[in-house]
Amino acid sequence: MEETKKAAQPVIDSKIPEGPVAEKWTNYKAHQKLVNPANKRRLDVIVVGTGLAGASAASTLAEMGFNVLNFCIQDSPRRAHSIAAQGGINAAKNYKNDGDSVYRLFYDTVKGGDYRAREANVYRLAEVSNDIIDQCVAQGVPFAREYGGLLDNRSFGGAQVSRTFYAKGQTGQQLLLGAYSSLNRQIQLGKVKSYNRYEMHDVVLIDGRARGIIAKNLVTGKFERFAAHAVVIATGGYGNAYFLSTNAMACNCSAAVACYRKGAYFANPAYVQIHPTCIPVKGGGNQSKLTLMSESLRNDGRIWVPKSLETAQKLQKGEIKGSQVPEEDRDYYLERRYPAFGNLVPRDVASRAAKERCDKGFGVNDSGKAVFLDFSDAINRLGKDVVAQRYGNLFDMYEEITDVSPYEEPMMIYPAIHYTMGGIWVDYELQTSVKGLFAIGECNFSDHGANRLGASALMQGLADGYFVLPYTIQNYLSDQITVPRFSTDAPEFAEAEKKCVEAHKALLNIKGKRSVDSIHKELGNIMWDNVGMARTKASLEEALTKLKALRKEFETNLFVPGELEGMNVELDKAFRLRDFITMGELVAYDALNRNESCGGHFREEYQTEEGEAKRDDENYFYVACWNYAGDDNAAPSLIKEPLEYEAIKVQTRNYKS
Amino acid sequence: MAKYILKVWRQANPKASGKFVEYSVESTPDTSFLETLDILNETLVEKGEEPVAFDHDCREGICGMCSLYVNGHPHGPATGATTCQLYMRRFKEGEVITVEPWRSAAFPVIKDLIVDRNAFDKIQQAGGYVSFNCGGAQDANALPISKVAADEAMDSASCIGCGACVAACKNGSAMLFVSAKVSQFALLPQGQVEAKARVKAMVAKMDELGFGNCTNTGACAAECPKNIKLSNIARLNREYLCAKVSD
Repeated sequence: MEETKKAAQPVIDSKIPEGPVAEKWTNYKAHQKLVNPANKRRLDVIVVGTGLAGASAASTLAEMGFNVLNFCIQDSPRRAHSIAAQGGINAAKNYKNDGDSVYRLFYDTVKGGDYRAREANVYRLAEVSNDIIDQCVAQGVPFAREYGGLLDNRSFGGAQVSRTFYAKGQTGQQLLLGAYSSLNRQIQLGKVKSYNRYEMHDVVLIDGRARGIIAKNLVTGKFERFAAHAVVIATGGYGNAYFLSTNAMACNCSAAVACYRKGAYFANPAYVQIHPTCIPVKGGGNQSKLTLMSESLRNDGRIWVPKSLETAQKLQKGEIKGSQVPEEDRDYYLERRYPAFGNLVPRDVASRAAKERCDKGFGVNDSGKAVFLDFSDAINRLGKDVVAQRYGNLFDMYEEITDVSPYEEPMMIYPAIHYTMGGIWVDYELQTSVKGLFAIGECNFSDHGANRLGASALMQGLADGYFVLPYTIQNYLSDQITVPRFSTDAPEFAEAEKKCVEAHKALLNIKGKRSVDSIHKELGNIMWDNVGMARTKASLEEALTKLKALRKEFETNLFVPGELEGMNVELDKAFRLRDFITMGELVAYDALNRNESCGGHFREEYQTEEGEAKRDDENYFYVACWNYAGDDNAAPSLIKEPLEYEAIKVQTRNYKS
Repeated sequence: MAKYILKVWRQANPKASGKFVEYSVESTPDTSFLETLDILNETLVEKGEEPVAFDHDCREGICGMCSLYVNGHPHGPATGATTCQLYMRRFKEGEVITVEPWRSAAFPVIKDLIVDRNAFDKIQQAGGYVSFNCGGAQDANALPISKVAADEAMDSASCIGCGACVAACKNGSAMLFVSAKVSQFALLPQGQVEAKARVKAMVAKMDELGFGNCTNTGACAAECPKNIKLSNIARLNREYLCAKVSD
């Protein structure tokens, strides 16, 4: 019985190279297959997305000589949501002489991910981190500098060294504009063909290999076919399944879900990052998104709530202000609970601690769902000018939104959905379980385990795009050099396009009563309440029941105005919502399966006496890969990729001492 | 709840003739302007009408996607902020708020409030980069750059490419946008090698795409949501002149 079960399950081959962890990437590069320059000219690659991962991959592949077709949903590649990353990018340069090294960055990242990441991938990430900084400086990215002209660093959560490079509070913007500039050069040279205001709707497989995509031209409303020798998706995460998140409005998971439906495994969907420092939700139900206040603020800001419930209640009623609470009535709970890391504990830890205080009644705004992030100490110590220089743009942004100046009153913050560690499963080569289909950046699952450290998303996106994929994809393309270009007249393309058109007509023909947003908000409430920061078996089972009902509501009572042709924003949103519901279920299935707490996945049943996440390494030391059942209404099947640690001893995370 | 009157430009497609339509919408002072448009759109969808199409994405003032001309100002009455950072507390209850797309020959209307800003990408493609292939970089600290230059380059590089400068300019000039990128590279050593070719190529492309000339009125800098300074244009002119003289 045991034997037949094993035979029926697809085998997971993560293709991790032989050798000690520090030599794997070098060994891989030394032995991988390459494509010669004449052959590169004959090979086409589709890259979907123009964020840090997509833009860097598209430009680098083109620099190497491949022909690239690059797609973005916005009106320009420069607007991908990587642009909104504020704080910085990690690298193991050790310019500060504070004991940093490739190994230490690797170790911190694995530990930060609560020992649920793939060791070999993380080591490679740490290894290429230094190359990224060199590359970006060469492009003219204006990183912050010291008076001597050398690069400046700051600290981020989960590390005891200063390894974060930054460009004011706009690091993502500057790195993305760097990648965009390289992309523009290749567009000018004719090596990249850029398609703006296009959205990928399906991946086309021929004989089991990814050979192209169907994309919708969002201006004309027409579906178009594109063929290539390989397809790379770099389409970001699925945070907007929660409706309210720090993601941009157009961020969606439809491209990833399309790949999942075509056989790409979806790995660890339960690992969703809830960022501790966001502007709290305001009442009224009209809010469209949440705004992040950079983690860099935790370098100088101190997080607290009142010690006494009486004071908390006065704050909740608006009778007193935060600045009026005396020092002895302040509970700097992160400094109290985690003396070694203090306010710079990783995000999952900080978020849970905030929720714990607010659940106990110590919240400081009218809904009781906010804590203070206070700069009064920093202003006294450094002066207002220095604080303004470091965080001025964030303070201004905060004031514009809340009408309160952080120079005078402490900021109010609360955790919010920010990033998804889970994603399309990829092997060491960043290839999915579908041949010829690759996934990079936030879109894949590979490097962050159960929790991502601050300033590591930019690092991973650029590592994948500049330094990993352009190598590993050649190992695949090297045996494609004799494969001629595919015609988009092939029946596989025609069939995929027909399905897209029919699905859209179906959405228009429901003619029910509810708007896309009203159903999306309902989805968000289910996800936040039942599949959010604290999950239980009961809450997850309830979520699955509610999500099934919600899908029914979507399929029978949705109203989409307008036509199939031409620009139809509501129709595009409806298409994305359909896949957010599928994604929401996937998160719930995975969270229900994982009977342990780790990183961003917190099951209330599994915690220590002190309320810390309690892992179960004996039973859950694996990557959960979900295989599509052929129907959105059916439960996906689970395939396990066991984790193997050679270099790091798996232990309980400790940020206390 | 407070009532506001939104006078919105509606245009079905690039060829259709557009017109203003007035809508009454209920919102609150702590709701953002774009969320108020969301509220309007919900009510339109409920009535079976097509919602107002407008560009928006990050809603944090950094992606440059939002592009509304509100009460005669690109990005509305607030200074140093994009439309998505505008809150209803900036308006009086009952106020008529006029909402238009960017108006410029180089930015044709696609639908309602959405315009085509592809011309900006084309200018960047003409030379807004350092010609450098991934893989060959020296150590980042091998090239010290003075903090003053790096900070100034950063200020120029803060441009979000929204097009407010063009919309604000009576000539529809893109000089502030072009000068921001030219300045970033002119201030940094990495940009020196190609400086002359870059400035000439970008200015030529700008002219070719139908943007107007600069007459130094400064409307662009006054309306720029990222406070890109007018001195960038002076630097662009200097760079351009030097490049032309050495031809």
